[in-house]
Order: sequence, then structure tokens, then C-alpha cells
Amino acid sequence: MTLSRRTFLKAMGATAVALSVGKEATAQTSGEEKPEFMAILYDSTKCVGCLGCEYDCAEAHGNPDYEIPIDPPMRKTDDKQRTIVNHYETSKGRIPRKMQCMHCNQPACDAACLTQAMHKCPEGPVIWREDKCMGCRYCMISCPFDIPKFEYGSTNPQIVKCDMCIDRIREGETPACAYNCPEEALVYGKRSDLIREARRRIVEEPDRYYDHIYGEHEAGGTSWLYLSPVPFNELGFNVNIQKSSYPALTKGFISSIAPVDILLPAVLLGIYEATKSNNTKEEDQ
Amino acid sequence: MSKTINVAESVPNQGFFQFLLEELKPKGKIFTPFNIISFPIIILGLVIIYLRFKNGIGSVTNLTQEVPWGLWIGFDVVTGVAFAGGAYVLVFMVNILNLKKYKPILRITVLNGFLAYLFYSAALLLDLGRPLNVVNVVIGNNYGVSSVLFLVGWHFLLYMLALFIEFSPAVAEWLNAKKAHRFLTAISMGAVIFGITLSVLHQSGIGALFLMAKDKIHPLWYNSYLPLLFVVSSVFAGISMVILEGSISHKVFTDYMDKTDNKHHNSILVGLSKICALGMFVYMALLVLVFIHEKNWVHINSPYGYWFLVEVIGFVMVPMLMFAYAYRSHNTLIIKIAAIMTLIGILLNRMNISIICYRWEDTERYVPSWQEFIVTLTIVFIEIWVLRWIVRRMPVLRSGPKWAAGSH
Ligand code: SF4
Ligand code: SF4
Repeated sequence: MTLSRRTFLKAMGATAVALSVGKEATAQTSGEEKPEFMAILYDSTKCVGCLGCEYDCAEAHGNPDYEIPIDPPMRKTDDKQRTIVNHYETSKGRIPRKMQCMHCNQPACDAACLTQAMHKCPEGPVIWREDKCMGCRYCMISCPFDIPKFEYGSTNPQIVKCDMCIDRIREGETPACAYNCPEEALVYGKRSDLIREARRRIVEEPDRYYDHIYGEHEAGGTSWLYLSPVPFNELGFNVNIQKSSYPALTKGFISSIAPVDILLPAVLLGIYEATKSNNTKEEDQ
Repeated sequence: MSKTINVAESVPNQGFFQFLLEELKPKGKIFTPFNIISFPIIILGLVIIYLRFKNGIGSVTNLTQEVPWGLWIGFDVVTGVAFAGGAYVLVFMVNILNLKKYKPILRITVLNGFLAYLFYSAALLLDLGRPLNVVNVVIGNNYGVSSVLFLVGWHFLLYMLALFIEFSPAVAEWLNAKKAHRFLTAISMGAVIFGITLSVLHQSGIGALFLMAKDKIHPLWYNSYLPLLFVVSSVFAGISMVILEGSISHKVFTDYMDKTDNKHHNSILVGLSKICALGMFVYMALLVLVFIHEKNWVHINSPYGYWFLVEVIGFVMVPMLMFAYAYRSHNTLIIKIAAIMTLIGILLNRMNISIICYRWEDTERYVPSWQEFIVTLTIVFIEIWVLRWIVRRMPVLRSGPKWAAGSH
């Protein structure tokens, strides 16, 4: 049995090698800025926290009777409301912050989705397509910002999240929240333009802004960009988000699948041929 | 040959449908303790499944927006697939390495694996919010080829097919279908080779599912080597399950078993314990490497750290040493105890990753509802019922009819 044992270990080794070789071959960052994604810049120094965008969003998504619950003070988006604004007590006083899908350049949800229901549009928004989704909720496991929400109470549940008003964008209009914002805290435009604009604001008024654009590099870059007067963790942002894209975490595994699918059967066949003649051999004790 | 049953030989005297009707009737006692416990649970479980489709997933589960995968995925799929890993390891040993000694337990293991996969897919469908759209993945109008879940799903599906082909000669023997038997035996070598490949990939793929949940799983359990750890641990998890199942069926199905195999069993157990010990040694070594590589010692002095040590020392290292000791001393009792401990360890590991240490920083934790437990039990029980039905009819534990001898 010595021979077979050695071959067995070799086969295991081959698998391990195939797996780890794949791991090295991580993600060619597939065209981060290649298409001109549309984006929205949210400047929390200009936002007065009127919550108007919450109503505009609800109305634009077929829920005109939306009422903002008084409790709890810190709310989250849920299976009914795609965006919410919370107020945070910070070192510079009470500051509002709007929350919604970040519309990542390389979205984890899109890479996770096995039916392509989650889809990054060439315009920039990441949308959910009802006819494709099978409700596996893997997008919820994968999204680093906890954005997709699931209608647990429904027999034909939907995944609910901000779609950046894709229908309006396709007609050349501005997303509802940015269109209606009375303080111009939300600016809609090309992502590269908005990054430049955000930099300009930081440079011109360094006292007013914390020197960072959240979303420029977070999770490999997002179409929602944030400016803040205080460090971003004070506004409840996850500042540990990695700067490279999340789908890159699985690229190594995925690229190792094809080689294993091809090589392993050959290896197995080889071992089979090698041991075939040992018809009488039993394992040693 | 067994005295009690010899169905295959008696078939030609009856019509085919008569034979099937005859076979559908229960064999064996009806009011066994197992039946008395499992029957009401199955009925209750079916009612809950009905309610789940009538009122939505939220009506019977405690799942939240933060924890979208609960017991049905964490236990039935993530843990269950590892437990069913015995089928591909044993097929590798018998059909590829040509270790004839393990052949008597091959069929029952393959059958167990096939049924496990069949029922886990059923559990998966229960968990899908929009199960009808599963066709999108199968007929291919929407291939998400960059999705780990997509690849796992396909490997899973094809592997079920491979397992079925591997088992199908037994069905042919039961039905006395000689031509089909020859054909199925001929193609099963292909199924063997692809089955093993598909297994290696979907076992590791289940670990890869969690790679993007980087910020949600406790750092002691999350690392980029999850796919490798999952596939290595599936080897000894699967074999431990084979040991446990083998010991149970030796008590329960003695009448359906060849006498000679009975004596052979202990030496099989000893051989399997060696494989477990080796597999666990590799796994431990990997765990240590990962631990050092990720500088994980900073997390050890905390409740989660102690929990990690319980898992890794109590339920990997200790059973590993027990397997090694039992292999030397041929002590089958220790082998069985070690197998149970190993299974607990794998259960802990998979549950830790998918549920217990998932979103460990949250104040509100997910605890499965009683309905989720009942449905999980229901699925396991129905599986055992089907398994029992087949074992009592087809040549699974005993040898096949004489005409089939030697061809497989
Ligand atoms: S924030 Fe989440 S839901 Fe939105 S695009 Fe990124 S990964 Fe997808
Ligand atoms: S729940 Fe729907 S959108 Fe999300 S990953 Fe699954 S199929 Fe895709």
C-alpha cells in the first residue's frame, strides 16, 4: 500500500497547489474608472437633516404614504425604505448622514449573485432585477455595507435597495433625492468630476472638511461619495472597509476551478491505471 | 447470503408492477421507538413547511436583515455537505486506489451521500425566497459565472448525478435489469472520476462562499484559506460519518447484511481511523500556519478565543490523538467515540463560521426558531426513512445477486 499512499498524498498535494496557484492570480482590477460611472456626492456639512430625501425616495419608489418612525433614533434602511438620514453626536456637534446603497464600482452583490439579478449598469447604478432573483440572499451575505434587504414577510419576496433611480437616469434626469435636495448637499454627476469637486472643496476650506473622500477608494471605489467635517467613524461609517474590491477576494478561488476541473480527472485516471494491477493488494496494518 | 431476503432472484415470477407494489409495503416493525418519535415530528415539520410557503420565510424563521442565512443553510447545507464527504473519499479509496478492503461499505456510503445531497437541496429550496427562479440557473439564461454560489450550485448538482450513477447498479440488481446493469456499471467509472473532482471543488466552494463576508466573521474563523480548510476537513468529517453510520447500521440492519462482512468490519474501522488521523493532522498543521500567518494570537484571550480553542483542541486535536491511538491498539470503541467527537468538531466549525461567529459584534444575535429546528429534524428523519426503505430492498449492505457478481 506504500505506493498508493504516496500517490494519494500526491493527489491531495496537486489539489492544494491548484487551489493556491489560483489564489496568487488575483484580480486584474477590471477597469475601475473605465466607463464614466455616474455618481452622487453627499456633503454632510451642507446637509441640514431635513429628511426630505427620505420622502422623495419613498415617493419615487411607489410608497407615497411613507411616514418616518420616531423610534429608534438610529435607524437602518429596511425592506420598505431605501434611504434614511440619521443624526450623530460628534466632536463638531450634531451632524446628519444619509445612508443608502454605495453603488460600488465592483459590487460584491453583483459578483455574488448567481442569476445576475444584481447588476452593475454601465451608467453606474447597481440594480436588482426581479425576474432573475431566486431569493438566496447571498448578496446580503456578501455586501460589505449591509445594503440589500429581504422581504421576509412576503411569499414572493423582493430584494430592496437603492437603485439610484435608474429609470430617471436612463431618461437623462437626476435621481430623485439629488434632484429635490434644497441645500444642494447632494450633487449628481460624473464620478471623476465629483471626485475633483470634492477635492476642491477640501482644499479651499480645509477647516470645514476632514481630509478624506469616503467612497473614493473604499471597497475599490463607489459611486456614492461622502464629505464630512469629522473623521468618518464618528458618523458611523465602517472605516475598516478594505480599499480593494470585494469580488477580488473570491477571484483566486474562481480562477482555480477550471484547472482543477481539467487536471484532477487526469491525475485520478493516472492513479487508477497505476493501481489497477494490484488486484490482490490489501491495505497494510 | 442473507437468509431473510432474496428479492432479486424471485422477481421473474411476478409482473413488474406487482413486484413494485409488493416492495412499497413496509418491511420490519412499525412501532419502533424511532418511528414513534420521528413520525409526529415529520408531520409537524410538513405543516411548518406548508406555513412557510403560505406566509413567507419570516413567519417560521428568526432570520433578520443582518443574518440572512440561518440554521437551514448553516446546518443542512454547510455542515451536511461536509458530513456527506465520506462518499467521495471512499469512492476514491476503492475505485481509484483499488483498496478492495473497503468495498463492503462503499454502496451504503454512496447511498448515504446521494440521499444527503438530495435532501439538502430540498432544504435549500425551502430557504430560497423565490424558488421558482432556480430555473434561471439551470437552463442558463442567466449565468452568473463569476459567482461562487453559481459554481458551487452546478458542481453540487452534477455531483448528485454522479452519485446516482455510482449507486444505480444496485437499483438495477434490485429490479433484476441485467442489460441496464451492464451499461450502468460501464459508465460508473466516468462518474467516479468526475464525482471526485466535483466534490473537491464544491467542498472547497462552500468555504469560498464566505470569502466576501470578510468583515462579518470573527477573525479567528475568517481567513483566505477557507476553501482549502473546508476541503481538507471534509475528508475526515466524511469518514467519521462513515464510521458512525456503519456502526449504527451494524446494529439496525444485521438481517440485511452478509455475515462475512460483519467480521471484516473492525479491520475496516481501524483502517479508516488511520485516514482520519492523517487528515486531521494535515488540517491541524494548516490551522497553525493560518494562525501564525494572520497573527491571530491577539484574539485568543477573549471569550471567542476560548471558544476557538474548545473547537480546535477539544474537537480536532483530541479526536486526532484518539484515532492515532486506536489505530495502534485496534480499539474500535475509541474509534467510534473519536468519530463522534470529530463530527461535533466539524459541526462547531461550520456553525461558528455561518452562524455563531457571524456578525459576532452585533448586540442582537440570531437564534434559530423552534420551527427551524423541527424542519431540520424533519428533513433528517425523512432521509433516514428513505434510506431504510432502500436498504431493506436493494443489495446495499449485502452482496448483489449472483449474476451481478464480479462486474462491479
Ligand atoms: S453597497 Fe452593497 S448593495 Fe450596494 S453596490 Fe455595493 S455591494 Fe452592492
Ligand atoms: S437574493 Fe437574488 S439578487 Fe441576491 S444574490 Fe440571490 S439571486 Fe441574486
